Amino acid sequence: MITVLDYGVGNVGSVLNMLKRGGFEARLISDPDEVQRADKLILPGVGAFDHGMDRLQRLGLVPVLHECARRRRIPILGICLGCQLMARASEEGQSPGLGWIDADVVEFRFEGELARLPRPHMGWNEVAPRGPARLFAGLGERPRFYFVHSFHLRCADPADVAGETLYGYPFTAAIERGNLFGVQFHPEKSHRYGLQVLSAFARLESCSAPA
Amino acid sequence: MLRPRLIPVLLLQGAGLVKTRRFKNPIYVGDPINVVRIFNDKEVDEIVVLDIAATAPGRGPDFDLVGRLTGEAFMPLCYGGGVRSLDTMRKLFRLGVEKVCLNTAAHDDPELVRRASREFGRQSVVVSIDVKRRFFGRREVMLEGGRRRTRLDPAEFARSVESAGAGELLLNAIDRDGTREGYDLDLLERVVAQVGLPVILCGGAGELAHFRAALARGAAACAAGSMFVFQPRTGAVLITYPDISCWEGTPL
Repeated sequence: MITVLDYGVGNVGSVLNMLKRGGFEARLISDPDEVQRADKLILPGVGAFDHGMDRLQRLGLVPVLHECARRRRIPILGICLGCQLMARASEEGQSPGLGWIDADVVEFRFEGELARLPRPHMGWNEVAPRGPARLFAGLGERPRFYFVHSFHLRCADPADVAGETLYGYPFTAAIERGNLFGVQFHPEKSHRYGLQVLSAFARLESCSAPA
Repeated sequence: MLRPRLIPVLLLQGAGLVKTRRFKNPIYVGDPINVVRIFNDKEVDEIVVLDIAATAPGRGPDFDLVGRLTGEAFMPLCYGGGVRSLDTMRKLFRLGVEKVCLNTAAHDDPELVRRASREFGRQSVVVSIDVKRRFFGRREVMLEGGRRRTRLDPAEFARSVESAGAGELLLNAIDRDGTREGYDLDLLERVVAQVGLPVILCGGAGELAHFRAALARGAAACAAGSMFVFQPRTGAVLITYPDISCWEGTPL
């Protein structure tokens, strides 16, 4: 059973739909006690960084999320804003992030010729898997995914980068560290490619590597 | 490399899908759920669903239908029609909509655009700008499905919604709608020169060359209705979607 965290930020319906399409059982949860019992968690989200953190705080979810990520070490997948919230902080806001990944969230900044690139980075783009990249197993060399974002992660430790995408410059499109996974794109809206990423997450057995 | 996006625009009227010509004479195309399923199989980049009946006073989105559409759409779905409040938007996002499209409300209530972009992120807030051609190449922004005049210049209006927080523009040339004569590229260039937002161009696409021309002149994406739902010569309903995966994307 996959628990999808419903904290009032974005498209939880789509995530459930895609999991259902893959034949995986999933449920929406927003109660901290229920999150405490989750054995696999998806942290979705679209929108502004501070709003996302504020929602987590208000629902009393932050302590239990830390528990899940650091002590219980259950697999957690952050999607889009959910992935950004796993970082230390974001240029988009003042709130500190969950701080599970040694990364900052920065805005796309282009100079010279690149300045004409539109922001947000929106549309279908390719992800080049880096390292073991368990989420991209079996996807081939050039899987494509749907992106909509103006900010992206910048990891302090390159080993945390699981996938890169080129938009002006190569940026971190996916992260993996032990039991923690994050994707900047929307697997729930990326046809069969996204289905495969969610399936890979759903099929993960355990994550014993140190976080 | 960012691939160019081709976006079918589906018009809802009641529970049916229709296609208009110059925003008039809606012709029944089919059942929206079926059409979305077909587009799903064809792995379309994105779809825009506009409920042209939801704009009327006292009406709003048919949430039940929107929920059934998003349940079938494994690609991003943008919904527009009768969206006037943050509460409505919250409901739509919960149903699995990726983006909400504002038209009349973006003009009458710029504060709504501002608050929506603050709450949902500006990438989720699309403003559609319907444009009618006037004398001497002048163009005017129209509201309420092309029925209400504003006397506003499209490029100026585009700049004001950008500063209000819109994340994307759906630029629609009313005079080209359903004609397949090609996009209004002059309109595109005027708007693109004024804003940094991605602009989806709509109205008039009839062949692949029209897409190429629009992308070359700065459109971030190309939208079309007729081209994806009607056969060119007979006008019979035929749901199609071209494969342009070999086209060059943003070369950077």
